[in-house]
Amino acid sequence: MNDINHLREDFPILKRLIYGKPFVYLDNAATTQKPQVVLDKMLEFYTTRNSNIHRGVHYLSEQATAAYESARETVRKFLNADDVSEIIFTHGTTDSINIIADSFGQTFINQGDEIIVTAMEHHSNFIPWQMLCKRKGGILKVIPVDENGTLIIEKLSELITQKTKFISLTYVSNVLGVINPVVEIVKTAHSFDVPVLIDGAQAVQHFPVDVKALDCDFFVFSGHKIFAETGIGVLYGKQKWLEKLAPPRFGGGMVKKVEVEETSFADPPLKFEAGTSNFAGAVSLKAAIEYINNIGFSDIMAHERDVFDYAVGKFKELEKVTTYGNASSRCGVISFNLDKIHPYDAALIMDKAGVFVRTGTHCTEPLMKHFGIDGTIRTSFALYNTRDDVDKLVESIKKVQKIMCAGT
Amino acid sequence: MTINENQDQIIEELLPLNDWFEKYEYLVSLGKALKPLDEEFKTDDNLIKGCQSKVWLRAEKKNNKICLAADSDTLITKGILALLLQVLNNQSPEDIINCNLYFVEKIGLSTNLSPARANGVVSIIKQLMFYANKLK
Repeated sequence: MNDINHLREDFPILKRLIYGKPFVYLDNAATTQKPQVVLDKMLEFYTTRNSNIHRGVHYLSEQATAAYESARETVRKFLNADDVSEIIFTHGTTDSINIIADSFGQTFINQGDEIIVTAMEHHSNFIPWQMLCKRKGGILKVIPVDENGTLIIEKLSELITQKTKFISLTYVSNVLGVINPVVEIVKTAHSFDVPVLIDGAQAVQHFPVDVKALDCDFFVFSGHKIFAETGIGVLYGKQKWLEKLAPPRFGGGMVKKVEVEETSFADPPLKFEAGTSNFAGAVSLKAAIEYINNIGFSDIMAHERDVFDYAVGKFKELEKVTTYGNASSRCGVISFNLDKIHPYDAALIMDKAGVFVRTGTHCTEPLMKHFGIDGTIRTSFALYNTRDDVDKLVESIKKVQKIMCAGT
Repeated sequence: MTINENQDQIIEELLPLNDWFEKYEYLVSLGKALKPLDEEFKTDDNLIKGCQSKVWLRAEKKNNKICLAADSDTLITKGILALLLQVLNNQSPEDIINCNLYFVEKIGLSTNLSPARANGVVSIIKQLMFYANKLK
């Protein structure tokens, strides 16, 4: 394993002093920071190649189009998809899921049909399906989680029926860091001819994803959680599905022919990319993926595992702390609460200690209800975090406990 | 004491505190000391809704003075409520409406609890002003 503790140096924002000192950024599940190479690529694109894509014959438009399409190829390779036509650029994970919920729902969901999600979904992979069910008279079923935050996978065989039309679930929980057994779920689903969407928003930055090995029908993620710009996302769909699905949105750039009476649509992926795409975002995503590829996932995973395990060990040593989601297979996120201390109070103090975390329900209210809590303090890690960051986190937690418990 | 005398007193108490941790420690101690709101008043009507913490604020008029009571599930917010009550409790509706709450900025709370933050001091003050207008 190569030592990659120096990666922090690649991220200019991490060199800032806040409150007069360096800070520890542990809010990576919300968004990641951007390495200099990504920022450079953005600037280079805007200063040399910026122009709207696909519709121009002039030099700049061709260059911008080439950059955009080459980003698509980079994403294809990154996910090991068969063909670039299976890679749709969207505005993010939420956008990708909504596109599929709308499009799939329109054609394939009817009264009494069932859709299955899990109890640990982010609202973005919960509400679109709930709304679809309300619209079409469908039934939303939920795979429960146990006290460790592990999916009770045995329940799937009870939940799945001839009426089940779709399963959508997260690869890695944004609150618990639990890695779900998606391969097994896809296998079960396919034995019932049910397609599966995997929300990879908290996965792609931590370990390699191979959509062919997963055999999932759809896979989605956001650029900003993997060191790229905000507002760019990916929707991978198997060709057989993308051909069958109708576009949920209409506009420029996604048509073959438009007449007053009728419109015929372009082939995938363009039929799902109505309007001007975030082409600059796609360029940044390519740069971010290349950044990851240059380091290599084997080193990233070894480093992140080391820091994560170190943090788990440190949490075990802390007193009056409850952690959530102690499944055997997890990465990236540790959520916790401090006895008799509101997460909001804790985060205010941690902020001033230069440790930036997130508190609240993390857009997973059904999961909070399962644990019987109003929220958690969430620390989430990226490749630039170190054991030293964990030490500062622990110090800040002790500081919170000292301040909040003074005089009691 | 007038509203401004109350504010000046708070500024005097808080200014010597060197860093944020001391300020928070002070707010936490105020929060712990603030009398909890009776459960019967922890109603939706009295709740200032936000996604991070809950704040209840209650106002009634006695002898042309506004009597305030407040509570929160977070101690630092409760400490801030204690400060606001210290400044505005038992003042006339007119004085409350016309006051300038300069202490908030003076002690650095406005930068910390910006209007963008749920249950920031701004939304609490807004609710206080709403009550004062309603009860004048």
